[in-house]
Amino acid sequence: MSKATLFDKVWDLHAVRALSSGQTQLLIGLHLIHEVTSPQAFSMLRERNLTVAFPERTVATVDHIVPTEDQSRPYADDMAEEMMTAIEANCRQFGIRLFQPGSGKQGVVHIVAPEQGLTQPGMTVACGDSHTATHGAFGAIAFGIGTSQVRDVLATQTLSMGRMKVRKVQVDGKLTPGVAAKDVILHVLRQLTAKGGVGFAYEFAGTTIAAMTMEERMTVCNMAIEGGARCGYINPDDTTFAYLKGREHAPKGAAWDKAVAWWRSIASGADAVYDDVKTFRAEDIQPYVTWGISPDHGIGISEAIPAKESFAKDEWATVEEAYQYMGVKPGQRLEGFPVDVVFIGSCTNGRMSDLRAAAAVVRSHGGKVAATVKAIVVPGSEAVKVEAEKEGLDKVFSAAGFEWREAGCSMCLAMNPDKLKGRQVSISTSNRNFKGRQGSPEGRTILSSPAMAAIAALEGKVADVRKFLK
Amino acid sequence: MPSQIKLLAGRAVPVRGNDIDTDRIIPARFLRCVTFDGLGEHAFEDDRRGLKAQGKTHPFDEARFAGAAVLVVNSNFGCGSSREHAPQAIAKWGIKAIVGVSFSEIFYGNCVAMGLPILRVTVADSEAIQALVEADPRVEVAVDVEALQVRVGAKLFAAQMADGIRKQFVTGAWDATGELIDGLPQVKAKAATVPYLRAFA
Ligand code: SF4
Repeated sequence: MSKATLFDKVWDLHAVRALSSGQTQLLIGLHLIHEVTSPQAFSMLRERNLTVAFPERTVATVDHIVPTEDQSRPYADDMAEEMMTAIEANCRQFGIRLFQPGSGKQGVVHIVAPEQGLTQPGMTVACGDSHTATHGAFGAIAFGIGTSQVRDVLATQTLSMGRMKVRKVQVDGKLTPGVAAKDVILHVLRQLTAKGGVGFAYEFAGTTIAAMTMEERMTVCNMAIEGGARCGYINPDDTTFAYLKGREHAPKGAAWDKAVAWWRSIASGADAVYDDVKTFRAEDIQPYVTWGISPDHGIGISEAIPAKESFAKDEWATVEEAYQYMGVKPGQRLEGFPVDVVFIGSCTNGRMSDLRAAAAVVRSHGGKVAATVKAIVVPGSEAVKVEAEKEGLDKVFSAAGFEWREAGCSMCLAMNPDKLKGRQVSISTSNRNFKGRQGSPEGRTILSSPAMAAIAALEGKVADVRKFLK
Repeated sequence: MPSQIKLLAGRAVPVRGNDIDTDRIIPARFLRCVTFDGLGEHAFEDDRRGLKAQGKTHPFDEARFAGAAVLVVNSNFGCGSSREHAPQAIAKWGIKAIVGVSFSEIFYGNCVAMGLPILRVTVADSEAIQALVEADPRVEVAVDVEALQVRVGAKLFAAQMADGIRKQFVTGAWDATGELIDGLPQVKAKAATVPYLRAFA
């Protein structure tokens, strides 16, 4: 069993008591909600005549169904309007803060909480959304929960949870030019597989991770869930504290110094014991693209699609289904594979540094979005949008033929009007290439970094961004 | 007091394949709702339509499996999104227990929180149970949560479930809300000791 890791310290601090089932009643420091997974939870509260125990510890935003073009109310889509009205009414009734569109604070839940300084080291964070793992970048234990559990957190600020094992995922060395945080996590997922992390919390460590900015760390932790791990985290350090300093909800004055001292103390110690350790070398990582229907179906851009025999036998059926669904063959390379749609955004890659990386590719390439391609750039939050516009990134994108949108989840899961059609191929900076994920039951998704998505938009096909870097 | 769940029996429906994610169980467009009602008819909708277009039939559309109460799946079922809409859709379709090799953690947790028993069997047994049910769709499948067994006709298969979870089902404590609420005084006391909840004072 793990000992003296950040996970152990944070878990022990928040463990209220053992329940009769043997599970732990775990205190949740920060509860985030959005419009898709919360309405039924509030209905359950009402049915049972319950109230919200700690309304100040829950924060709401809207992201999944929000249109990214015309945001005037009522929304054109009646159901989206009904969901929006429901979260507004629920927040009003129970005294919960809601980041509304137009407030300057709205955006994808996993982008806005860090941006506002709500997510901090040492916290337990829960949200009815699997990518809650993102908040682990700050040294928080953050996990996704279902709607019945959202009800439990609302009613008691606690959850019934079983303790996880801790696996250290160590990446050392210097990334080569053109390789991004997204490529690191796609590489790790491929090696550890989509279910290899079930039962584990992933601690990302090593010199490569330590050298990353907070935004890059969020990209890595965001996809821990794609490896089956319930949460992923990175020990807090000076990079973390520098990011938090001065943010709206970060501690101020004397409390700041006390906070930093405490945050340092909860990091995994030199005496930490892990249930498992896996190591990777940064030099082995190329720009990645996925060729299949699971996030662990990734390859370096200069590699060929692997034969099914290179997978465990019980994966063969899935691998064959993936070849067939995507229209690819083992031995084939993806470089040159035509794309129809490019989506830059999501809680994985919808932050400033992602938009900057994509814009840098657009500038250095000098061309325009290929005539056959529809390319959209969706900032992850209103704050990202404002900052990007201040830097003129919107103009770089628009001039090259990209559509510049309002903040939201958009084509990551296509609950709003942004959807693939038919068998269209999209290269997407989001986190899931599942069948039908982007709104068309036959639609195909290739996951990549923002730079790789941008170059594909300009070339009209999957390309190796390293060949275009100046 | 929530109900105790010890034994469920009925006919079964096999859905084959590893890594069936929650987007396939209930596509995102059906998450545009404020209640779980009506999700049942859309369970596996895109897979069902896709097969129909190829002239094939998804088990959820086969008359011989209509009215089944036990869903038999393979590995890593329910991976992907945390949407409780996925197990809710399965339950609303009529499923009262799930048997499979492995499940994503959030999906598993959601099933427990809903009171939908979810048992693990070996790879070989999951395939054997699916084959038995396909050969005779009318065979009775009994899922015994208390004894951790799946009985298909006269054949017995050993099943697994973490002991704490099993206890939750058989005692009725799967609905944790009541017990969590009973702990509220301790929760408040605990919160007073957590540095960031006291503003680092
Ligand atoms: S951007 Fe995508 S993965 Fe992230 S919260 Fe929105 S829908 Fe989920």
